Amino acid sequence: MSGDTLPLLDTVIRVVYLLAAVTFVLGLHFMRSPVTARRGNLLSASGMACAVVATVLLILAGDCHGRIIPIATIALVVGTLVGAAGGLIGARRVKMTAIPQLVSLFNAVGGGAAAVVAVVDFARLNADGALTAGISVPVVLDVIIGSVTFSGSLVAAGKLQGWVSGAPITFAGSRLASIVAAAVAVVGGVVVVANPSAWLLWLVVVAALAFGILMVLPIGGADMPVVVSLLNAFTGLAVAMAGFVVDNQIMIIAGALVGASGTILTQQMAEAMNRSVMSIMVGGFGTGDTSAADAGASTAMAGVEVRKVSADDVAIQLAYAQKVIIVPGYGLAAAQAQRECGELGKLLTDRGITVYYAIHPVAGRMPGHMNVLLAEADVPYDQLKEMDEVNPEFDTADVALVVGANDVTNPAARRPGNAISGMPILDVDHARSIIVIKRSLGHGYAGLDNELYGDPKTGMFLADAKKGLAQILAGVKSYVG
Amino acid sequence: MSAQLLSNLALFVLALLVGFEVISKIPATLHTPMMSGANSIHGVVLVGAILIAAVADTPAAYVLTFVAAAFAAMNVVGGYVVTDRMLEMFRTKPKPAPVAAPAAATHDGDAR
Repeated sequence: MSGDTLPLLDTVIRVVYLLAAVTFVLGLHFMRSPVTARRGNLLSASGMACAVVATVLLILAGDCHGRIIPIATIALVVGTLVGAAGGLIGARRVKMTAIPQLVSLFNAVGGGAAAVVAVVDFARLNADGALTAGISVPVVLDVIIGSVTFSGSLVAAGKLQGWVSGAPITFAGSRLASIVAAAVAVVGGVVVVANPSAWLLWLVVVAALAFGILMVLPIGGADMPVVVSLLNAFTGLAVAMAGFVVDNQIMIIAGALVGASGTILTQQMAEAMNRSVMSIMVGGFGTGDTSAADAGASTAMAGVEVRKVSADDVAIQLAYAQKVIIVPGYGLAAAQAQRECGELGKLLTDRGITVYYAIHPVAGRMPGHMNVLLAEADVPYDQLKEMDEVNPEFDTADVALVVGANDVTNPAARRPGNAISGMPILDVDHARSIIVIKRSLGHGYAGLDNELYGDPKTGMFLADAKKGLAQILAGVKSYVG
Repeated sequence: MSAQLLSNLALFVLALLVGFEVISKIPATLHTPMMSGANSIHGVVLVGAILIAAVADTPAAYVLTFVAAAFAAMNVVGGYVVTDRMLEMFRTKPKPAPVAAPAAATHDGDAR
């Protein structure tokens, strides 16, 4: 790298890296539209393949080729095959509702790999006495960020999957413990830079792993999407730092791209929930856990008269409506009811009824997650409407059918002085008639009564989203003949 | 600071800015596939695993090379495949005319 002119192969590889970086940016760019998004992903994947092949060529033709130890090559090849097979199986088999936990798992292994790369290179350079601050600073940053991401993402995935309780978990001194873990990691990191030592770096790893766990445990399940998004950004930064450690430009560029994207996403998600990223990370708000919400159901809505309706009532209303807006929420995803929802929409559309799906930015478990679920159920893309686009439509809708959504429909958000004040909501209450399918009269994630349920225009159909929609579907079919 | 470190730093900062610019314009509907797509891009850490394998010369380094390679390959392969699966569902479908023969509306092109 120090010569004035690079050998031909080095030049070629740097150009390939540059092209790969361009495909990553273009790939993300193409994701602006559903028409080009798939092409964008394939472009990005082919750029990735080129970067990996170029790196292998660089090694094979490089001056260290003669010193490569066969066992290391075997470890690399076998590791790659094992990991690739695991990733392929996971990606093929995962249910669309479980995408958030799979993304979280990939964050974990990505961050873990970045941390391992730094540890290995640090140990080698330290043994050779060739460490400089230009290396050890990114090593420490990589090890801390990568380890926090690894353990934190595993806990987040466990919470989303239900292996770890979705409720905020705290214990006596847990806050103190996480402060201590963070302090050990940071102070240890500073000492490693000043006075390199391998065992101290391992201490930093352990402290950062502990901090990752303690950071995510107290955060409620409903906030997990924001956490996963933040950890995605962390992984990107860890990979960029690993790029500094091994002096590899494509890792720096790709890592920085992901770091920026994750940060933007995290902010947008937090904004849509009217919360700051900081308050989410401090944790302890809301459980997001349906069973916990059900437990409080008996006391909730005391003193509010709600009108209960049956599946037949709902079916008649829908069958003779002109315009129906379906509002899918977390409950629909949790009940895996997207197919029934899509079938109902299709049946109504075939009858000549105008059907829209109103998608709140945080509906489901990640931004855009609801779109994926409905796309899986073959809902036409042009029926999915984002909040700003669909809100004026409620004024002329005959029926708004709310399936498992709560806080995002609560008119209380328009008034100041409560937990969801100022949160952008869907104007469901503007529809001529409202039907809410809900398992119980429990609170939403914000722990607040939904004023929509007390509205005289609202009929409550208390049922599991999947079973309820199936009953309505059968009802509509019987009227249509 | 070495010239090499400075130029790497410049790359890092500029790539961050490009990331902010490109991503802030993506519609919310595509955020989940986009996040998954960004997730697969950080699988580029596989390149790092290859680079450490080339200079690994202790038993500990072999084991860690294996771990890094397995983790990174899982990230990159799984990430791209699952993103593709999601985006495949967004493909535009032949739209059946709402009035024309609803009974015969079995558009077989969609069968999967």
